[in-house]
Amino acid sequence: MGNQLFIPILALLLLAVINLINDPGFFKITLGTNNAGNPVLSGYLITILDYGSELGILAIGMTLVTAASGGQDISVGATIAIAGSAMLRVLCGGTSRPTELAAPIFVAFIVACIVGMLCGAFNGMLVAVFKIQPMIATLILFTAGRSIAAWINNNELPIVPDPKFSYFGSFIPGIPIPTTVFIVIACVVVIALVLKFTTLGLYTQAVGINEGASRLNGINPTFIKFLSFVILGLCVAVAALIKVSRLSTINYSVIAKDIEMDAILAVALGGNSLSGGKFNMWASILGAYVIQFLTTTLYKFNVQSDALAAYKAIVVIVLVVFSAPTVREYMKQLAKKVAPAKKEVA
Amino acid sequence: MKNEKSKSGFFGRMNDTNLLLTITIVIFFLMYIGAIVFQGGGFTKPQMFFNILNANAALIITACGMSVVMISGGIDISVGGVVALVSMCCAVYLDHHDGSVFGSILIALGIGLAYGLVQGFLVAYLDIQPFIVSLAGMFFARGMTTIVNTAPFNVADEEFTALKLTRIFIPGMGTTNKKGIYVPAYVEIGVIVALLVVIILFAVLRWTRLGRNFYAVGGNKQSALMLGINVKKTKFLSHLICSILAGIGGYVYFLHVGSGSASHAMGMEMNAIASSIIGGTMLTGGVGNIIGTLFGVLSLSTIQNIVSSAGLDQAWWTGITIAAMLCIFLLIQSIVMAQKKKALKA
Amino acid sequence: MEENRVLEMRGINKSFPNIKALQNVDFSLNKGEIHALMGENGAGKSTLIKVLTGVYTKDEGTISLDGHGKVTIHSPQDAQKYGISTVYQEITLCPNLTVAENMYIGRGDAKLTNWKKMNEDADRILQSLEIPAKANQQLSNCSLAVQQMVAIARAVDMDCKVLILDEPTSSLDEQEVEKLFGLMRDLKSRGVGIIFVTHFLDQVYEVCDKITVLRDGKLVGEYEIKDLPRIKLVAKMLGKEMDDLSDIKGEGGTYEGPDGDEKVFEATGLQSNAGIKPFDFHIKKGEVNGFTGLLGSGRSECVRAIFGADRVIGGTVKMHGKEIKISNPLDAMKHGIAYLPENRRGDGIIGDLSVKENIVLALQVLTGFMKPFSKAQVNAFADEYIKKLNIKTASAETPIKSLSGGNQQKCILARWLLMHPEYLILDEPTRGIDVGTKVDIQKLVLELAKDGMSVTFISSETDEMLRTCSRLVVMRDRKVVGELTGEDLTQNKIMSTIAGDK
Repeated sequence: MGNQLFIPILALLLLAVINLINDPGFFKITLGTNNAGNPVLSGYLITILDYGSELGILAIGMTLVTAASGGQDISVGATIAIAGSAMLRVLCGGTSRPTELAAPIFVAFIVACIVGMLCGAFNGMLVAVFKIQPMIATLILFTAGRSIAAWINNNELPIVPDPKFSYFGSFIPGIPIPTTVFIVIACVVVIALVLKFTTLGLYTQAVGINEGASRLNGINPTFIKFLSFVILGLCVAVAALIKVSRLSTINYSVIAKDIEMDAILAVALGGNSLSGGKFNMWASILGAYVIQFLTTTLYKFNVQSDALAAYKAIVVIVLVVFSAPTVREYMKQLAKKVAPAKKEVA
Repeated sequence: MKNEKSKSGFFGRMNDTNLLLTITIVIFFLMYIGAIVFQGGGFTKPQMFFNILNANAALIITACGMSVVMISGGIDISVGGVVALVSMCCAVYLDHHDGSVFGSILIALGIGLAYGLVQGFLVAYLDIQPFIVSLAGMFFARGMTTIVNTAPFNVADEEFTALKLTRIFIPGMGTTNKKGIYVPAYVEIGVIVALLVVIILFAVLRWTRLGRNFYAVGGNKQSALMLGINVKKTKFLSHLICSILAGIGGYVYFLHVGSGSASHAMGMEMNAIASSIIGGTMLTGGVGNIIGTLFGVLSLSTIQNIVSSAGLDQAWWTGITIAAMLCIFLLIQSIVMAQKKKALKA
Repeated sequence: MEENRVLEMRGINKSFPNIKALQNVDFSLNKGEIHALMGENGAGKSTLIKVLTGVYTKDEGTISLDGHGKVTIHSPQDAQKYGISTVYQEITLCPNLTVAENMYIGRGDAKLTNWKKMNEDADRILQSLEIPAKANQQLSNCSLAVQQMVAIARAVDMDCKVLILDEPTSSLDEQEVEKLFGLMRDLKSRGVGIIFVTHFLDQVYEVCDKITVLRDGKLVGEYEIKDLPRIKLVAKMLGKEMDDLSDIKGEGGTYEGPDGDEKVFEATGLQSNAGIKPFDFHIKKGEVNGFTGLLGSGRSECVRAIFGADRVIGGTVKMHGKEIKISNPLDAMKHGIAYLPENRRGDGIIGDLSVKENIVLALQVLTGFMKPFSKAQVNAFADEYIKKLNIKTASAETPIKSLSGGNQQKCILARWLLMHPEYLILDEPTRGIDVGTKVDIQKLVLELAKDGMSVTFISSETDEMLRTCSRLVVMRDRKVVGELTGEDLTQNKIMSTIAGDK
């Protein structure tokens, strides 16, 4: 357990040191007021905590999907667009510039959850029942998702009139800590409770490690895989709430763009095998914040947002190359060769 | 020598590749006839058909490469990214560095070659999942495109523009317009390239040792190894061919649009995969046909044309139709194959 | 080398860490001979085959081939070059290619495929071997038997002198086996030497000329088929001479069976999709019984059908006289049936999970999704059984995959005992584990039965079954062929029932 947290913590320290050298004031947190005159904390650390929230929440579901199915869901960005669009549709009632909310925020959020879980169920069905590889199965929504999202709102970009809605993605008046931090804490508490009070963790790992043996022990592997996708769907809905709330509107082609890559990266950085099996949820979540830290750092070095993907792709390749069995075997042999040579020298 | 398998019926007797190819061609003709009947007008003119070819030459080329990888049991989702990268690099080279058309073609081939070498090596010799590798490849390409040049722009190079505007007239297929002037039918250079690629690849897959090895490796890796085939090399070459074709496809795309942009060929990988699958290439490998892929591209663009002329010309319908078609064909494949298995077992 | 010999292996030795797989084994094959290679699991058949085909390199010994003299075989490709071809149990062809392609792909140097010539050549060979397939037919459209034959045709066309058939008939039905035999006889008449590895006795007597028996990595002997009646063959394979009839039963720890007559479990006409004939079976409270028969006779398939591990396609099952429905393992578990599978690594352990998680898994699943055990409970359960079964592990947190085979098996046993089942099925619980653990498990089985648990015990070692079981169901060729109790429980009787001699 502790072993797995080592990688993300090391990466975190590395990034921290780089940033400290580059800018000694990197970790400074100041209390100021925002446009609305509310007291808010600001600083790079706060930015990382705030903007890493969606990723942290997605990492929860992605970890389960990876562990159970041995594959990843690449449709999360697109399904965030769908869930977010559904939420806007309910809030604005189909008009693009409503003067008041058509439905309570709570109702809209429930609808988003249902939509998110339906998307998850669709992916889960293709993977668990039709036995299509997870990445191919989720490729369908990956492509269609943003179009579906646009279709839900007739390609209009409705703006939520109620300022209360924007609290979820920014600050609640009087509280200087970003609301997203509380949402993440809530999600983490929920998943911690689920893992503690159900056998989900045990079942998921058992299915991911040895599907046949799990079946002989009375577990239904099809259902567990399906369930993991549905849970990811729920995480997507929460992430969508934050994303949409940040702008009080939506941009179908840009919202949560490339987030699937970051979510997969978070799972991998957490030391979890991308081919399924054992997982460490907390390492994944920590991994998510490391990714956000990396993103913030890259921004600080004046990397454009569109170019970020190129750098992260390199990180992914380095990670998978070093975790590839063939490479590990080779390194072991290399270590063996080097070790006797050292002895001779000694 | 009586045919002992006559009991397995039509599905059973046919070879998988031909069975799926037949389904595709039949569906294409039905769709085209449907389009003529319901939409009339445009679809009866030969130029309508040639326009489909003109607009999709690049897709035909990349989809052919995709088919090769899929037949060998892999996948490559970086092709769209590569196309965008090629178009941007060539555009920058031509306009900002005053390069020659010949040089730009070399650049396109070079990018494809580099991608093929790296991705092929990682997949074949390090045994990393092709999906993860090419996912990273896709993000890298998109990121690099922005790094090369952020803003999209049209190429003004004269030599290039001349090439771009070159039209090859097809005798006897023209129509007379309302003013009574004869308008000859034409195709662009890209179409010729695409057709050449189709013919060459068809021959390679059908008549060469390498081509048959692709099928063998996709059909059953283990068996292929036992039969004396170099599986790693075969996989490597499949990725190499796919990426080089993505490079060529990128140039043809560039030739068609005449501009460089980071948002070029968005989702092209999906179209290529969808075309291959619609054309009867099995996701699981070992089954597929280049002619089928050609028809896959044509089916896809015909249905897009139908959708847009049916008044559903909003952008999102394209994505939704493609995803829906992909989904349907995936299910058809799994049902037909399951049916066939059943017929053989009985 | 003698006249007419095509292959001669002398003094072959091969060791793996801790195991001497082959000790001084001789084997020879004549032209035009079908030679059965027999032996129970672990006898060294497959090691010998792998040495011959270059998958393993031998430690000692010589291999001589007709026309080549003494040779060293480094790889399967090497073996093919010397004219040694192998057809495996699983088809190692590509199902998506045509019959002709499967015969020619991966051979020769031609860069281009001449379909016309290839199809003509293939058709000629298929016709001459009377294989009912067309050259341009897709392989997966052929029946399994024909696919096997195509693999053989490929071997024949590669000018093979030694053809190894490694359990080619396991997945074929009777008619298909007949076709295959026809082809084998045809090849024989052409002078090909065939090594036939199989578990089916009937088939050996139908088609073979000679038998070589291996046991525990040693050569037992080479026999002409007419000199070795079935019962003797079985005796040789199991390592019990017919004269040596001392009844092992009664050597202490014997349990004479239940007092009552209550049937805990009863099955009528049970059949699964794994290819066994419908069978009847019952077990009483506190009884230990077993399924016996050679490997591949359908022992495991029977118990898998009882547990719902394979899809049940017919028959009824009763628990305590009440009819119940078992359609998956969870149903069986709910009715108090536990099953320790034959394949420990593939179906038993969850490799990366810890010892304690592996132990509590079954009970946890039975208890329910919403009721996980607390850490303290899990530790208590694990500690209890680690102590009870004397499992040697660094700690309860150790991943199970790092334990020795015997201790892994004890963990799986603990998993099912923790469930306190009424009816426990143990499929080869002692395979591949050390003698001490074997005895522990046998003792435990008898103790459990005394406490009223019903146990079905399957083992390849007849001694073990005789020591523990009070009733044996005998199987041959996927059929139940007899049931032995009381006085009939002797090595002799078991062997003659397995062999099917009157």
